[in-house]
Amino acid sequence: MTDTARTEPLSEVVVSPAKHPTRPRWSWNTRLLGIGFIGVLLVLWEIAAANAIFPPMSFPRISSILATWWQLVVSGELPGEVLPSLWRMFAGYFIGVAVGVGIGLLMGYVRFFYNLLEPITEVLRPIPSPAYLPIVILFLGIDDEMKIFMIAFASLFPVLLNTYSGVRSVDPIQLQTARTFGVSGRKLLTQIVLPAASPYIFTGMRVSLAVALIVMVISEMVAASSGIGYFILSAQRGFKIRDMFAGVLTLAMLGYILNRVFLLIENRVLAWHYGYTQQRS
Amino acid sequence: MSEPERAVLRVRGLHKSFAAAGGTTVALKGIELDVEAGSFVSIVGPSGCGKSTLLQIMAGLATPTSGDVFYGQGRVQGPPPDVVYVFQQYTRSLFPWKTVERNVAFGLENKGNLSRQEIAARTREMIGLVKLTGFERHYPWQLSGGMQQRVAIARALACRPAVLLMDEPFSAVDALTRAGLQELLRTLWRELNLTIVFVTHDVDEGIYLSTRVVALTRAPGTIAIDMPIELPAPRDQITTRALPVYLESRARLLAQLFVDEGLKSEEAA
Repeated sequence: MTDTARTEPLSEVVVSPAKHPTRPRWSWNTRLLGIGFIGVLLVLWEIAAANAIFPPMSFPRISSILATWWQLVVSGELPGEVLPSLWRMFAGYFIGVAVGVGIGLLMGYVRFFYNLLEPITEVLRPIPSPAYLPIVILFLGIDDEMKIFMIAFASLFPVLLNTYSGVRSVDPIQLQTARTFGVSGRKLLTQIVLPAASPYIFTGMRVSLAVALIVMVISEMVAASSGIGYFILSAQRGFKIRDMFAGVLTLAMLGYILNRVFLLIENRVLAWHYGYTQQRS
Repeated sequence: MSEPERAVLRVRGLHKSFAAAGGTTVALKGIELDVEAGSFVSIVGPSGCGKSTLLQIMAGLATPTSGDVFYGQGRVQGPPPDVVYVFQQYTRSLFPWKTVERNVAFGLENKGNLSRQEIAARTREMIGLVKLTGFERHYPWQLSGGMQQRVAIARALACRPAVLLMDEPFSAVDALTRAGLQELLRTLWRELNLTIVFVTHDVDEGIYLSTRVVALTRAPGTIAIDMPIELPAPRDQITTRALPVYLESRARLLAQLFVDEGLKSEEAA
């Protein structure tokens, strides 16, 4: 009983992985409807811009934005900004995931580490990352180290909390089964606890991926000389409004693709989980 | 009746109580039990009599409040090697991220002294013994309940344990599947020279399978009857169950359980 009471502060951000609609449900009817709706909005945009409903200076036509976007892609300017951004993002993300899984496993597995680390986790987690960005700049400067640290730190918490929850929710019968075969200690962790908790870990990783993208853009906007966040802000400051919109468009596509690729991997790695939970329900 | 020197598992003065609302519940009270090598002992009793608790303590998965369990010469403090426990809830005990093959190989892989070829060979052999050849690459949740419990049995037997402890392993499957699993278990017990302790709430199942049946009373659980079952082998689901010895054993055990439940036997008949 005290166990559940203690874990309550952590549970609010944890989504039960089984209920999460991660399986892309392909129905052409619903897909087409949503894509069509985006098309309608873009046409409205085009009409609104053509009739100068907003100041044309800050609200160019979508067709001209797309043309600019294409030029920026072909000229290599946009790829040149996106690549360093992606490198920072993934470096930070994977560090964050690794540390988050590690600490989450420790906290879920060893009571001592839970008691030691739960309070500090709850203190650090609610701080919005832009708030500690100035402090990080003081220590790490404005180069990649700072951005990678920012991204890693922000990515860490969703993974940590979900890993912890995953470890706590491992079926005791699975653990006892392993024990009756003489499996304990680190083997129990790698062979039973980690795979059993993996649906939760993946949920955390997906949340962290979105967080990593956000923190990457923020840290590049504050201090950078390259990267997509820097590109958007400096385009706005230089009144290159079409470039600015093209940058935002790029981020939208990036976010979409990243999430799609993630779901693809998740569906493959966790195929057993979806089969198992469907079978049981 | 039981010769101590032949006993593989010995239970001595076992008590188990649980903290409950408004005091403690005594689940087991002074259990003494010797399980002889090669025997098939069923423990029957009303639900909640502590028979599963007793089995878990014998497996080293739970600790007694007082008393001891000895396996061979040693006192049981954790799961002893050579003693494998089969859970009632096969859907939860099988690892859903592992295929049938990998589940069966689980115990072998963790023995640490077997080559990959040996593991593969024994896994194949066990899957064949429980008649699941062709399902190696399936996941447990893709199989029926009876097949899943066969995977669990194969996984337990792959390690060539001396003792198999089974907690109501067939209670979640339908009657025909259960009869099939009973035959399979009898065969494996004979061919592999196993010692089996089998917990069930089904008196008929206990008698049919066993060489000895132990009936526990309602909690606090004590041993009410400890009787050898002298039925000839091979046993047959139809003829064995019609033998006078079978019916006498059944009558004795049921009478005891009915008395314990506060039922009169003529009412129940």
